[in-house]
Amino acid sequence: MPDSFAAGFSQDAHTEAHNPALLHHFAQPQQQRDAASLGMWVFLATEVMFFGGMFCAYLIYRLWYFGDFAAASKTLNAGLGATNTAVLICSSLTVVLAVWAAQTARRTLLIASLILTMILGLAFLGIKSIEYKDKFEEHHVPGASFSFDREPIPGHPGQYANPRHAQIFFSLYFIMTGLHALHMIIGLGIFLWLLIMAWQGRFTPEYHTPVEIGGLYWHFVDIIWIYLFPLLYLIDRHP
Amino acid sequence: MANPLPQPVERENYLNKEYGVWSWLLTTDHKRIALLYLLSITFFFFIGGFFALLIRLELLTPAGDLVQADTYNKLFTMHGMVMVFFFLIPSIPAVLGNFLVPLMVGAKDLAFPRINLLSWYLYIIGGVMMLHCMLTGGVDTGWTFYAPFSTAFTNTKIVEAGLAIFVAGFSSILTGLNFVVTIHRMRAPGMTWSRLPLFIWAHYATSIIQLLGTPVIAITIVLVAAERTLHLGIFDPKLGGDPLLFQHLFWFYSHPAVYIMILPAMGVVTEIIACFSRKRIFGYHFVALSSIAIAVFGFLVWAHHMFVAGISIYAALVFSFLSYAVAVPSAIKVFNWTATLYKGSIHYDAPMLYAFGFLGLFTIGGLTGLFLAALGIDVHVTDTYFVVAHFHYIMVGGAVMGYLGGMHFWWPKISGRLYPEGWARLAALIVFIGFNLTFFPQFILGYMGMPRRYYDYSHMPEFQVLNVLSTAGATVLGVGYLLPMIYFLWSMRYGKPAPDNPWNAAGLEWKTTSPPPTFNFEEEPVVTWEAYNYDELDAPHPQEVPVAR
Repeated sequence: MPDSFAAGFSQDAHTEAHNPALLHHFAQPQQQRDAASLGMWVFLATEVMFFGGMFCAYLIYRLWYFGDFAAASKTLNAGLGATNTAVLICSSLTVVLAVWAAQTARRTLLIASLILTMILGLAFLGIKSIEYKDKFEEHHVPGASFSFDREPIPGHPGQYANPRHAQIFFSLYFIMTGLHALHMIIGLGIFLWLLIMAWQGRFTPEYHTPVEIGGLYWHFVDIIWIYLFPLLYLIDRHP
Repeated sequence: MANPLPQPVERENYLNKEYGVWSWLLTTDHKRIALLYLLSITFFFFIGGFFALLIRLELLTPAGDLVQADTYNKLFTMHGMVMVFFFLIPSIPAVLGNFLVPLMVGAKDLAFPRINLLSWYLYIIGGVMMLHCMLTGGVDTGWTFYAPFSTAFTNTKIVEAGLAIFVAGFSSILTGLNFVVTIHRMRAPGMTWSRLPLFIWAHYATSIIQLLGTPVIAITIVLVAAERTLHLGIFDPKLGGDPLLFQHLFWFYSHPAVYIMILPAMGVVTEIIACFSRKRIFGYHFVALSSIAIAVFGFLVWAHHMFVAGISIYAALVFSFLSYAVAVPSAIKVFNWTATLYKGSIHYDAPMLYAFGFLGLFTIGGLTGLFLAALGIDVHVTDTYFVVAHFHYIMVGGAVMGYLGGMHFWWPKISGRLYPEGWARLAALIVFIGFNLTFFPQFILGYMGMPRRYYDYSHMPEFQVLNVLSTAGATVLGVGYLLPMIYFLWSMRYGKPAPDNPWNAAGLEWKTTSPPPTFNFEEEPVVTWEAYNYDELDAPHPQEVPVAR
């Protein structure tokens, strides 16, 4: 990558000295942008591995206990899950709009897109909490009061799911969606910070890296859900 | 070697620029953060060493007379957890790497200085949690905390220890992230990838492992904590779970973690061998790419820890083959170091003595690793002292020798003072002798069948002679480790001021002052020379170093 070392110290630092967003140890804004963006991509690679461990566990138990997983999956509210998928995809659109607005110095659109993104994020969490409440009332939360008696295995009349294996499904369901929701909450925090900075007019076409890398994070959290939804909600479902 | 006289008036540098506690605790200077790490990992090293001392004292006699079985279980568990997660993994990267990566690539700081400080605070939070866990009872599962023992049976503080490791793990991830971005984006003009010091290549490879491995142990700890507190059954076979899944996830990180420890040491040793042989490193690209190869292959060998755990024989064959394959890039390094020494003008200064120690001990550790990768032999020596001796040859004989060698090599740069060379050579010798006396008998003990993690071997008293040798060696080794700490501290006050380049070494870090100024270089460097240009440095009239502007 010739760009990175050329970006080193070759340019006279004084020409950039009055750019308030340029940190002292970077030679140019371009180098700072590249570093921040690469940093976020590398961080997202670690996130892939973080969720990867759970996907690995999911894969093994789904292969072992397919019928039990299908029965447990059927008790999830696929309608609410699909709604949440749509909500998140829309929020990705508003994030893209926010990045574009920051690049092209449209401050009102930037603020509106950030607010809309946060509203969609909150809507997702609201719907998710309704689903959690339902699961709690149905005693599908793993632990002492877990019960999953005489739940039929789809496609196998007269067979019932093993509650222990169903409990593994719900354990993975709550851990995976719970960690995803935690990432959403962190994302909302980041977007609140972006909103304050946008309100203060800190972003310019030259300096909008926080919006870009905040957006990268948000898209990543969306993509995790895009995988979680079919894997958890749509096991062996037929219309 | 030619030493220009140091200037009488002390120049402003990163150490004397500011004083006071907050100028340290809130610093974003990578060099100060490196020193914060140095203090904290030294603290944990001596805690871990104290546990090791108690273990060796208990094994002095066949009967279990010093501590009870429960206490002994906690001793070796806490020894492992402290040494692995709070000393070895941060040792070279967080101290020497933090200090040297920006200097070596010609940058003013790491790419994310505040994240660098955050990572030290995460390490400290994890460390305090681990200390609290130790003081309120500790853990008795072994540092591997295998499920279902850790999740359903032990009544020790596994969740707290797990969370401590979880937090410290994020410290390690952030350090790796900082290094990768710095190496990609912060290199000085002219510092191409093939001019980078091999220390940087080694740290790049290490960072890849930290970034891709550590999140897996993090999620494993989350699953263990959830299973233990809520009785979920993800790993508990009684509830339909799979304990082997735990071992797969655990070793997917914990095997590459060994390469987090050894790769930076290899980087240190490469720098030292080139400098004290006064030669260009032999096979630069092979040494550089073998680091990357070790990082990649290192992710594909984890199940060799599970040969007797009940994995399929075909999987075992594949993992056995891959474990042999990972020896190839390590051997490439050893051969290239040897070829660098060949016809070199070798100087036996203290860093070089540690590098020689590393070469021998790492080779023994690596070759006995091949014994363990062989399916038949592994069945015989699994969970014996043979394994204990093998990984101590890698992690102590390799990683700690590299760390101490690097500390001596760069101490003049870090502190601006020279350490006493005679004492340092003596300490290197004591460490080498003490190490071998401690751990070589353990190979024989393991081969004869002494199991690890036993506090009482009174039914096999014939093992006592070798155990006495090992304990005697451990005390020698302890003296060898105390000595550098004493004379390093001494040299900070009484040592001779160090010239900028006391070893006449190649590399950008030697072209700035000792200790460096806060922003590392008075004038921004432009690199026009190849790495390890010792032939040019030792030429009768070395060229002037070109600078920008």
